Amino acid sequence: MQISLQQVAFAAIALVVLGSALMVVTLRNIFHSLLFLALSFVGVAGVYLLLSADFLAAVQVLIYIGAITVLMMFALMLTHRVMTTNVTQTLGQWHLAPLPVALGLLIILFRLFVLHPWKLEADAARVGPTTGIIGQALLTKYVLPFELASIVLLVAMVGAIVLAKEDKPDGPA
Amino acid sequence: MVPLEWYLGLSAVLFCIGVFGVLSRRNAIAILMGIELMLNAANINLVAFGRFIHPTVLTGHVFAVFVITVAAAEAAVGLAIIISAYRNIAHINADKINVMRW
Repeated sequence: MQISLQQVAFAAIALVVLGSALMVVTLRNIFHSLLFLALSFVGVAGVYLLLSADFLAAVQVLIYIGAITVLMMFALMLTHRVMTTNVTQTLGQWHLAPLPVALGLLIILFRLFVLHPWKLEADAARVGPTTGIIGQALLTKYVLPFELASIVLLVAMVGAIVLAKEDKPDGPA
Repeated sequence: MVPLEWYLGLSAVLFCIGVFGVLSRRNAIAILMGIELMLNAANINLVAFGRFIHPTVLTGHVFAVFVITVAAAEAAVGLAIIISAYRNIAHINADKINVMRW
């Protein structure tokens, strides 16, 4: 089997994604694992580029790296006492339950889905810019989920403000 | 071309790493990080199947956009809950937060 340049790129990106994801779940310093989470998101954006999903790659960088990681960093700074490195971050019996569960799920996923003969071939034809097609689909076929997503975002925004607001004892109820 | 099975394998391993993170961490923010890893794995699956089945219809991309939306909302609400919990009980260890246990 001839190894193409895309496959080499995929292997490198997969190495980045999985290596930094492993760092995220194993490092003791929670701040370092957050930085590795950002690196893992960058790798996933690279996977999107390999799948010729240019819009999703940009969204991944903007939303995940630009918003969610920064939001988590804020939360981490606000709960700063847990940032000290001498706090154990993992449960004491991590090897009893989580490791067998994760490995068993991995075996099941591989048996069922990865090793399944899908018989699907991507046509090598270059897919053009996807942004316009996604926009048209969002405003015609998927307009109801689109509006629902905006309501979800509004509710989440208001809910986050209400939850994180400091309740003053003599303030308005 | 990269075969579909490679993408599926990558997302399966990424999902299981996320599951391990959710189950093994005690810090609530680290649990959220594991959930984000799992959502990313699901997104890779959606986009990969979309690329290999209908390369021009982009239904998988639309679904991935919705998943990203919900993930952002979930992170915002989750972090607000964590900050609120920290303000009330001064730590965010998920195994020690039991004020709602009867």
